Amino acid sequence: MNVIKSLTQNKVAMVGFGILFMFVVIALFGPYLYDGSPWRMVQRPFLPPFQNSNYILGTDTLGRDVLAGLIYGARISLLVGLVSTTIALLIGIPLGAYAGYYGGWVDEVLMRFTEIFQTVPSFALAVVLVAIFEPSVYSITGAIAIVSWPPVARLVRGEFLSLRSQEYVLAAKLNGQTNRNIIMREILPNSLSPIIVLASLMVASAILLESSLSFLGLGDPEIMSWGYMIGAAKTVIRQAWWLSFIPGIAIAITVLSLNLLGEGLNEALNPKLSGKRES
Amino acid sequence: MSVQTLLYIGGRLVKGAAVLLVIAIFNFFLIRMAPGDPAQVLAGEAGATDAIFLQQLREQFGLDQPLYYQLWIYVSNLMQFDMGITYRQQMPVFDLIMDRMPATLLLTGAAFLLSLLLGILAGVVAAAKHRKWADSAITVAALIFYATPLFWLAMMAALFFSVYLEWLPSFGMQTVGQDLTGWQKVTDIALHLILPASTLGLFFTAVYARMMRTSMIETSRLDFVKTAKAKGMKPSRVTTHHILRNALLPVVTLAGLQAGQLIGGAVLTETVFAWPGIGRLMFEALFQRDYNLLLGVFFVSSAMVVIFNLITDVIYCVVDPRIELSK
Amino acid sequence: MKPLLHVENLSIRLPKGADREFAIRNVNYELMPGELLCVVGESGSGKSMTANAVMGLLPKVIEVDSGAVTFDGFDLTSLEERRARALRGNRISMIFQEPMTALNPLMRVEDQISEVFLIHTAMSATERHDRTLALLEDVGLPDPKKMLRAYPHQLSGGQRQRVMIAMALALEPAVLIADEPTTALDVTTQAQILKLIKELQHKHNTAVMFITHDFGVVAEIADRVVVMEKGEMVELGKRDEVLNHPQHPYTKKLIAAVPPLVSPQREVSVHQEAPILQVKNLCKTYTTGGSWFTKARIVKAADDVNFELHRGETLGLVGESGSGKSTVSRCVVRLLEADSGQILLAGNEIQSLNSKQLMPFRKRIQMVFQDPYASLNPRKTIGQIIADGPIAQGMPATDALAKAAELLELVELPKTALDRYPHEFSGGQRQRIGIARALAHDPEVLVADEAISALDVSVQAQILELIDVLKKRLNLAVLFVVHDLRVAAQVCDRVIVMEKGKIVEMGETSQVFEAPIHEYTKSLIASIPGAHWRSGVEDNQSIEIMEAQV
Repeated sequence: MNVIKSLTQNKVAMVGFGILFMFVVIALFGPYLYDGSPWRMVQRPFLPPFQNSNYILGTDTLGRDVLAGLIYGARISLLVGLVSTTIALLIGIPLGAYAGYYGGWVDEVLMRFTEIFQTVPSFALAVVLVAIFEPSVYSITGAIAIVSWPPVARLVRGEFLSLRSQEYVLAAKLNGQTNRNIIMREILPNSLSPIIVLASLMVASAILLESSLSFLGLGDPEIMSWGYMIGAAKTVIRQAWWLSFIPGIAIAITVLSLNLLGEGLNEALNPKLSGKRES
Repeated sequence: MSVQTLLYIGGRLVKGAAVLLVIAIFNFFLIRMAPGDPAQVLAGEAGATDAIFLQQLREQFGLDQPLYYQLWIYVSNLMQFDMGITYRQQMPVFDLIMDRMPATLLLTGAAFLLSLLLGILAGVVAAAKHRKWADSAITVAALIFYATPLFWLAMMAALFFSVYLEWLPSFGMQTVGQDLTGWQKVTDIALHLILPASTLGLFFTAVYARMMRTSMIETSRLDFVKTAKAKGMKPSRVTTHHILRNALLPVVTLAGLQAGQLIGGAVLTETVFAWPGIGRLMFEALFQRDYNLLLGVFFVSSAMVVIFNLITDVIYCVVDPRIELSK
Repeated sequence: MKPLLHVENLSIRLPKGADREFAIRNVNYELMPGELLCVVGESGSGKSMTANAVMGLLPKVIEVDSGAVTFDGFDLTSLEERRARALRGNRISMIFQEPMTALNPLMRVEDQISEVFLIHTAMSATERHDRTLALLEDVGLPDPKKMLRAYPHQLSGGQRQRVMIAMALALEPAVLIADEPTTALDVTTQAQILKLIKELQHKHNTAVMFITHDFGVVAEIADRVVVMEKGEMVELGKRDEVLNHPQHPYTKKLIAAVPPLVSPQREVSVHQEAPILQVKNLCKTYTTGGSWFTKARIVKAADDVNFELHRGETLGLVGESGSGKSTVSRCVVRLLEADSGQILLAGNEIQSLNSKQLMPFRKRIQMVFQDPYASLNPRKTIGQIIADGPIAQGMPATDALAKAAELLELVELPKTALDRYPHEFSGGQRQRIGIARALAHDPEVLVADEAISALDVSVQAQILELIDVLKKRLNLAVLFVVHDLRVAAQVCDRVIVMEKGKIVEMGETSQVFEAPIHEYTKSLIASIPGAHWRSGVEDNQSIEIMEAQV
């Protein structure tokens, strides 16, 4: 297909894809291949990186293996990022589709509702939700999903609003197609491109959000995460800067690769399908 | 100001108040949904062991009354900015928040202005040098800052500029133990402000720079730019007089919508730099499991966003003659 | 006389990967002082390329390959940018097609016009103000003082185009380039703007290069004509010679495709059977901009509309934008809900039916849309697009696909099109697909909503013919919504003229065109550009061309 071709020709996007692929592999298989628990104390605390060949990245304040922490952290970051984005899409797409397609009071009600969620400072809302429902991987994923669906709804609404008056949609109405058919088969396939691009960027910001929550101590206490590692190393930054430096780099690279991929997708999907030419 | 403008502002105020009302109701139900007795939730970790305080809370919030009545009490209290008392500080929640407010306003305001100015500048330069090295450099820098966790950037900045270079303070808002006055005080605060404001601002600089770049490039393809060129004016005048103003509009709109994000960023920045604002207060409330304080901060920060959005709306309808005040 | 602007062997290269190597190749023509030269061509002919090269408006990827455009002894294609800028807007100026987007939305009219003085002269602020005011009076804008303070969005399309003209003529340039300046305007506004350009041209002795696709406009205003086809200049000559004795086959084809402004003799059919479609007292109002505090604006898009349509008949619905003709057509097919009134399809009231009850009637009245690029779902194959309708009405998928194949043949497209996607087809082909989709239901009434207005004139003629053939073969009743009066005169048996939601005139086509009764109809017909050309039987030449073409 055209899109895949132009995407594979985009070097920057491919670098992003490659890095991301590597992280996915690490997240999926790392815990089986690398023998080490992120919680067990294996060495003296504050072992700097590249000093002990068994623990390449050194140990943290309690003598836990930093590399093991990174590997398990990749897991939770990607998992939370993907699942929360999926949930956000499942909320945002139908909401935006109904608002945009039906317009009128349906639109009015749904968009006022969305607006409230957009006004509320989203990070503060996520903090409140996770704090009240006790930090766990479920509450974190749920909270991130709840704060990230409004942009999806707005985007989908905008697409539906402009596409519903397109002549091919009117033609489908004249054919006697049901509204459900028109939404699912005429409009949605034509509004997928921007949704895909947005989704890739949402995974990136979900990963940032998750790490920020863990940094504040709102991580799942059972699970090692990058944000938690940075938060735990905060007070010892003068003695062991690498403890907060290394996980931060991991987050930045993951998020960056997702953004690069998203940009590449945007460029590949953006050229309009219709071949209108100017005179 | 015309009657229309006043009516418009009135309409926005009503809308903002409605949003706050919904958030208040939402807060109320959050307390019910939290695990444990609502009184204990409200009291927080420190107050939950004090039976007298719990009784006081039950009376104040009408916790032995029917649910709808409790809702009424809670919401009407909140609308009068009465959010109860925090046990640890023995102080009304609202007063505590207002105490911390100026610091946050200073930090977010500085960060907002910095990021808007810097972002717009970077975006304009990148668009003008479209596909040249300056464009690439700005785009790459924006991408990197956009991907870096804010709290981590803050820590690294503190490490580098404060611990390693010893140029700037990285803790608090003023030097402890010195009672400075006048200009000395101002300089002291300004020095403390530099690191938090610039780290908080950098992320948004990246956001605005990317938006501004795209907006400039898109605007430069519009028809009226052709008209301007056909008048025989210099490219620099075309950019400053025709493209720039039109390109700014969507960026200003989005910047206004991002106000909420700024507050979220302030929670992280203030935590790292021990900046005594409401973001830091939120972290303290989390740490002490003081849910009433937490929800209080949440409510007030939402109110800040509502007010900020109102201000941008008004500015916007001054800048863009096409906006009809009716909508 | 020496030419003002001399285009010599000009070739402009397109970037690699474009559908041809050169945008224009070896183009030669001269613009003489005080003359109005029309550059005519269809879309993609490269007719605007020279003008854009002169004004420095070519996209960066498109370059002048060879040749020159000489003005005042300088070659504009190689002139130093700084000196070329001193000429633009000053000695040579330009107006554009889209008045809605050609003005800066954030600048007041005064600032946009006086900017020209600011750039090219040393006038003081008061001088600039006075000159700008005088210019607005010159171009005939009402209340010029108030106009100065206005923003573009507060003006109508015609008013904006007048502002553009004022801006272009501010420094009394030697050359004015007008790139399709009236294409986006309604016919009466177009007539006014053309008149204005002509007047100002005489007054200031300006040479005008007028780029257009419309031979009517050429007949109305041109002194000389250049015809462009796919980047090549195929014909150059005096207006009357080119229009009446075209030499090149392409010019002949283009001119033959322009519908003559006289309706052919038709048998006045007396309809025995009951009308297939009856519209009674149809009303539809739009309310915009209302809120809690402000008064809403109410627009009557259909105001007590009544008409009947018989099988085998083409009824034209004519009017300018905002006349309500599209609203009426969309109410008739129930894409819009009318506020009141009745729509009877073969005697059945369909206006009050809900969507379920409406289902069986949907297939009996179908529509062909305006924009061939927007009317086909880009993600479906042509087969799916055509077969979808019958399938939705309950036909088995295999039968529906077989039917789609038959229909493609009917609209003269190859069967292989079934598995291809819309973007592989040209505008005219897509419109055929749109017709096939409408016919898939075996409708009795076909509503054509500006179905040809987005097409080039030669393609228009083909689609019109196709619709006519199908109408006769399938005994369809056609409701033809159209703004182009030449087209209406050619294809309609009867026409309805609408203004501001009301029917102002209705009758046999020849009667309406030859002896209009209502003032509005008269002004519409008087506004048709080049009305005197190819309007009477005395014009043997055009008939010869038509015959040569067939």
